[in-house]
Amino acid sequence: MVKITIDNVQVEVEEGTTILNAARKIGGEVVPPAMCYYSKLPGTGGKCRTCLVEVAAGSEKDPRPMPKLVASCSTPVMDGMVVKNKTSERVHENRGAIVEFLLINHPLDCPVCDQAGECHLQDLSYEHGAEKTRYEEERRTFDPIDIGDKIKLHMNRCILCYRCVHVADQLTDKRVHGVLNRGEHSEISTYIEKAVDNDFSGNMIDVCPVGALTDKTFRFKSRVWFLKPMEASCACDKCSGNVLLWMFGNEIYRVTARKDKYGEVEDQNGKPGWICNTCRFEKKSPENWKIIGPRTINRHSVISQGKYISPRSNSTKNISNGNK
Amino acid sequence: MARKILLEHDEIPGIETYAVYRKNGGYKSVEKALKTMSPEQVVEEVQKSGLRGRGGAGFPTGLKWSFLAKPEGVPRYLLCNADESEPGTFKDRYLMEKIPHRLIEGMIVSSYALGSNLSFIYIRGEYMWILNILEKAIAEAYAAGFLGKNILGSGFDLDLRVAPGGGAYICGEETAMIESLEGKRGNPRMKPPFPAVKGLWGCPSVVNNVESLASVVAIVNDGGDEYAKIGIGKSTGTKLFSACGNVSRPGVYELEMGLSVEEFIYGDDWCRGIANGKQLKACVPGGSSVPILPAHLVTKTAAGENRLMSYESLADGGFASGSMLGSGGFIVFDEDQCIVRNTWNFARFYAHESCGQCSPCREGTGWMEKVLNRLEHGNGNLRDIELLEDINKKIEGNTICPLGEAAAWPVAAAIRHFREEFEWHVTHREESQSRNYGLLLKESLMH
Repeated sequence: MVKITIDNVQVEVEEGTTILNAARKIGGEVVPPAMCYYSKLPGTGGKCRTCLVEVAAGSEKDPRPMPKLVASCSTPVMDGMVVKNKTSERVHENRGAIVEFLLINHPLDCPVCDQAGECHLQDLSYEHGAEKTRYEEERRTFDPIDIGDKIKLHMNRCILCYRCVHVADQLTDKRVHGVLNRGEHSEISTYIEKAVDNDFSGNMIDVCPVGALTDKTFRFKSRVWFLKPMEASCACDKCSGNVLLWMFGNEIYRVTARKDKYGEVEDQNGKPGWICNTCRFEKKSPENWKIIGPRTINRHSVISQGKYISPRSNSTKNISNGNK
Repeated sequence: MARKILLEHDEIPGIETYAVYRKNGGYKSVEKALKTMSPEQVVEEVQKSGLRGRGGAGFPTGLKWSFLAKPEGVPRYLLCNADESEPGTFKDRYLMEKIPHRLIEGMIVSSYALGSNLSFIYIRGEYMWILNILEKAIAEAYAAGFLGKNILGSGFDLDLRVAPGGGAYICGEETAMIESLEGKRGNPRMKPPFPAVKGLWGCPSVVNNVESLASVVAIVNDGGDEYAKIGIGKSTGTKLFSACGNVSRPGVYELEMGLSVEEFIYGDDWCRGIANGKQLKACVPGGSSVPILPAHLVTKTAAGENRLMSYESLADGGFASGSMLGSGGFIVFDEDQCIVRNTWNFARFYAHESCGQCSPCREGTGWMEKVLNRLEHGNGNLRDIELLEDINKKIEGNTICPLGEAAAWPVAAAIRHFREEFEWHVTHREESQSRNYGLLLKESLMH
């Protein structure tokens, strides 16, 4: 076990833990945002750079500060390490810069995007974004394409976190889905649009932090904050069958995996609770499910606040959970 | 200062063949190392020599070798980085084309020192004809018994392969190169772990530049201490520079570190001055990613001392008034060259070559390219210059690999030293489209 201090809070974690996971052990404000890291998908992380933190002291043995900000999701802790996240002006400034970079080519089409309300980029921009863009050029655009018959890809909205690539690599047939081209022309693609044909491909939608991959059975049906999340289960021979139903009255609008406060799928029976495409896309009738009960969503995003409030206002505590 | 170690005998016809190379003292270092030295002794000699990596960063080669993890039962690999793609740099090309056996000899000795039984030369896809030259030379070395099983009866086995890349600049970054060698998309890896611990196929690996490995031959032949006597201070040995741009005699030159920059540009043995009797305006001394220097800082440092061709002297003054030795791509600009256009050209290169993995580099390089494109074509604003400076600051240090910095530094330096010229492009839109700003002298604006 090693001791590490993050934003003046000390925590003891196992050797080899990343700074981000140590921060998650503390929880709350000290946790850096993560757009590309996904704890259930080995190999993710390091790409979006939103989780950059300042290391004020490398370790007990070598207390020199690290000259550059480091990606907390892929940097292992050392005994006696001192990390600054919220308390560092430099982190704040650079995180704002990263958000600006992520947004310059983002269409900002939240009003018509299905992800709005549960979008990590929306949350991040809300917290760190600038009021106005400095980008005067034309944004890069792509045509939306179908990845299989149930998934739509809006490359315009993609921030290239590579999470879906890892899903494709780890949960479905290898190498059917990847990145084409490079630099700002990089795009997620299957090369031949309908190539992803696998029972677990739908999990790409769940891991996507933005609205780039959306569920074609749910597109444009409703805003997520109008729906009631209900825990439900069914007997499924492919997956755990433990899901979240998004309901309006007695109608099931969509089915997703159960996610924790970091937007990652929760473990079910000791394994990541990925769900299969049959559960996700085909069981849309209440008879298919045993409904357990409503679920509270504790994220700070628009969805749980019920309405948009100014970040300067101190009244967040008084606002009830809109979706209860 | 004209001293040839690497390019010794490069004038001899047929030096690219084994027979001629061997007759001129080739493969002596292999005999010496394998028969009389232990691997540790070779590493020690390289450490003593003070040899610094010739690929750009200038990290001491011996120190890099000493970091190599040596777990039991796991193979180790020596990888030669011949993915020479930096604009302005073409020294490795010359070395491999002319004296391929020099590199092979260096690799055999280095593989012996590091305990690698399978080594690779990763060569850029555009150098396909050099791949043929190398493969021919490797076949000759196999035939002569310098490669293969039980080399010279020492019990040391080595296989050497050449692997071509697809032509991406990013594959010159060591971890991207390893990914590419593994057959994947050339995206740099997150560090740590460093290649010395987990490299090719998860095994400890050392990645060295062509010129560094070729230099090991001389170090083994003459001893590390002898090699350390060449050069100046901590810049030991000889270095290849590829001079290009507006010089009278561009080309690849081998020089002993410590030659003055003035002598290199104007000397009869070297570049023979600026072409067509023009004046020097600026110089990028180490390949496109190092900061550009204006004429008054090229031959003299800010403190007024002579600037020398060495790691320390070229970096003298930090980024405020210095540059870097980098990979030795010495690009010279005469009075007619437009710095804005050139900066845009570099930015275009980096935007094109960014792998697109991490957001600051993917979005930032493209953004800078677009802003510079606007400035160059007379559509810029004065606030664009501040914007560029700000984008630079926000890319620098926030990326996975150094490509972000390589893209940011030349733009930052160009604005630092040639801000007036950038401003002139905004204030004299029409004029900037028909003529160049010329030398950085106020008089030149008052016709």
